[in-house]
Amino acid sequence: MRTTTLVKLAVAGLCVFAIAYVARAAKEARSLAANAAQRVYVAPGSYDEFYAFLSGGFNGQLAVYGLPSGRLLRIIPVFSAHPENGYGFSEETKPLLMTSYGHVPWDDTHHPELSQTKGVPDGRWIFINANNTPRIARIDLRSFETVETIEIPNAGGQHASPFATENTEYVVAGTRFSVPIPQEDTAIASYKDKFKGTLSFIKVDPESGHMRLAFQVLMPGFNYDLAHCGKGPSHGWCFYTSYNSEQASTLLEVNASKNDKDFVAAVNWKRAEECVAQGKTTQLSAKYYHNLMDEASRIARSEVLDSQTVIEPTQCEGVVYLLPTPKSPHGVDVDSTGRYIVAGGKLSATIPVHSFEKMQKAIAEKKIAATIEGIPVLEFEAVLGGEVPNACLGPLHTEFDGKGYAYTSCFLSSEVIKWQLESWKIVDRIPTYYSIGHLMIPGGDSAKPWGKYLVAMNKITKDRYLPTGPELTQSAQLIDITGDKMQLLLDFPTVGEPHYAQAIAAELIAEKSTRIYPLENNAHPHATKAEKDTRVVRDGKDVRVYMTTIRSHFKPDNIEGIEVGDTVYFHVTNVEQDWDVPHGFAVLGAQNAELLIMPGETRTLRWEPQAPGVYPFYCTDFCSALHQEMQGYIRVSAKGAKVPLGTGAPATPPKPNA
Amino acid sequence: MKTATRILAGAAAVLLLAVYAFPLWRYDLGAPQYPEGLGMTIWVHKIGGQLALVNQLNHYIGMKEIQPDSLAELRWIPWIVGALSASGLLVAILGRFAWLVAWFVTLAVLGLAGLADFYWWLYDYGTNLSPEAPIQLPPFVPPIIGTKNLANFEITTYPDVGGLAAFAAGLLALLAVVVEWRGRAR
Repeated sequence: MRTTTLVKLAVAGLCVFAIAYVARAAKEARSLAANAAQRVYVAPGSYDEFYAFLSGGFNGQLAVYGLPSGRLLRIIPVFSAHPENGYGFSEETKPLLMTSYGHVPWDDTHHPELSQTKGVPDGRWIFINANNTPRIARIDLRSFETVETIEIPNAGGQHASPFATENTEYVVAGTRFSVPIPQEDTAIASYKDKFKGTLSFIKVDPESGHMRLAFQVLMPGFNYDLAHCGKGPSHGWCFYTSYNSEQASTLLEVNASKNDKDFVAAVNWKRAEECVAQGKTTQLSAKYYHNLMDEASRIARSEVLDSQTVIEPTQCEGVVYLLPTPKSPHGVDVDSTGRYIVAGGKLSATIPVHSFEKMQKAIAEKKIAATIEGIPVLEFEAVLGGEVPNACLGPLHTEFDGKGYAYTSCFLSSEVIKWQLESWKIVDRIPTYYSIGHLMIPGGDSAKPWGKYLVAMNKITKDRYLPTGPELTQSAQLIDITGDKMQLLLDFPTVGEPHYAQAIAAELIAEKSTRIYPLENNAHPHATKAEKDTRVVRDGKDVRVYMTTIRSHFKPDNIEGIEVGDTVYFHVTNVEQDWDVPHGFAVLGAQNAELLIMPGETRTLRWEPQAPGVYPFYCTDFCSALHQEMQGYIRVSAKGAKVPLGTGAPATPPKPNA
Repeated sequence: MKTATRILAGAAAVLLLAVYAFPLWRYDLGAPQYPEGLGMTIWVHKIGGQLALVNQLNHYIGMKEIQPDSLAELRWIPWIVGALSASGLLVAILGRFAWLVAWFVTLAVLGLAGLADFYWWLYDYGTNLSPEAPIQLPPFVPPIIGTKNLANFEITTYPDVGGLAAFAAGLLALLAVVVEWRGRAR
């Protein structure tokens, strides 16, 4: 009896304890969640603290989010045509997508890079690469639109790009796929003989931001994966990871994973400038496009260029060194002080960190282990600053908080690890959901990080959101890094694949944001600045409609005299000068796109009517209380019908109602 | 005239010059769609503020477009104010009481005439609305000072620094007359 009572008492006691424990844990979890919710809550009408620019990967775009809320603010079409606003379809923007391969209206955008001054993001421009058809774009952060693209010749798969030097002297490019240089029809088995890599330096004009291909460094036929440029003591150098030092051209997952070490290529671009100045270069000839939006007319124009200044490392001693790095490294990240170069050895269990100081010393003391195609390979031990042991599985990318800590993403173990520079000790880990690629701290690759948040960008979301068929959203996760322990605050779905990102304090951009384009500065040759100047003009088979939009009408809104076989250009000028009053233009049967026209700008839609009839057109951007009245008709007659060209307005205006 | 009178008259004349640097009157328009505010200012020589936007909005109710180039007042009022200021200074220097009185009366009459012209202008714009306007409103006269609700807009009108300075100049001139008058009566 007594024993059973005791047992009962003990069980009851345990139950009470267990319930109390569970209740306490639940309460803690709730308060933690409530705490996280508060920290990402941005009240209606309030602004976020940071602009975050997340690339869209395969969608070819760049998406703008606010942090910490994760609210999507804008999608900037870059290498993908965007029927929503006519980007890549309007006559003014089509040239931005021109390449030596023709009009390429899509791509794979990977790495956004903010322009920098003294190693700190300055909020002027953001650059981004096109991976597939090698290009770099510049986006103006006053208007949040793509204003320039440049094609990178002698390259294939432009992944190691467009990382900026300390004062945006250059943005760099690097070919992921080595290709025959110059391009030719050759057996793929001739890879080792004929395939080369190029590391390109694109000069950025400090005033206008205009890009120009300055020089390319000709490299062995490896795969060049990622890059970052030095700052502070390492200013003047850029670092590229490479894999496939085996120079395989087939089944790379096996054949490019054989060598115990691949390389970080360290390029001394100041030395390269000397060699260019001294003419120690070779000229190559491959056609490439440079496309630039003129600020006054807002028309993009293409120029075709065909000459490249190429530096062969044998002609320019000291321009490039190879740092042995285990094993098929992916990311290469320079810490805030510019002293350490962290490589993400994706097949290695440790994170190797090269020391810039030691590298300089190794170069001075000629600690050269080998030479590959004339490029000195420095001794591994002589350049290694330290290693983070037993780091994680699949370390890829590292960013910094400016307080002596580094944060590395680990793809395979799906986590972020926090470790200390110089002690190389891991101090914290946090799981991500799931399979993190890049991570980003606002300014975390710059000289002065805003070390408050970290954004993890995940490739796989599986069970994290409501399912949407076979294709699921990808995600970004916001992690608080102000405390000793990292804390997950929020995850939010993203547009496309959030490949890499940049973020910057909101005030550096918000105040400079363009509101309207002053009509008096509109230098478009087909602009119509006042309703009285609207007209329809025929030039052979081309008909130009000089049209204005203002709340809530088009002028002209009746157009006649068009014939099947004509090409109609609607040159639509939005004569509004008020903030947030774009107008749209859409016409029945348009096979290209609609237009969104910002206040004060002119945009042109080309339209080729196929059959006689009367076609309505209307405004697609809800502009005013009488938006639904904002419409018109264009009459299309049979070929040779001889209907007089005109605006079809009645001879006398209707009498007002009595 | 006493020194005090001369100072008062001179100050009035100088104060008038403020209308070249500041607007006379101000219109503030508020609407949910314009959290940043929208306004128009009336100067002696121009219409300032977001005139183009105000005109754009006015077309909904069929109000005539406000075209500063076609307003003759904006061309000659600056000269009148200049002449008034210069003659006021002359009165202060020469010190003839009769001239002071005459100057004050001219100032007051022209000031009232200006206000009357302003009212007529408001009346003209508010009552000559196009019968073809998308939004039909009964004719109205916007207030010279005060607030009126019109469709989604709340319109507040009030004198700005220039207008207040001109009014203060009138008061100073009146004070000068009174001070001199009482000095002489004693």
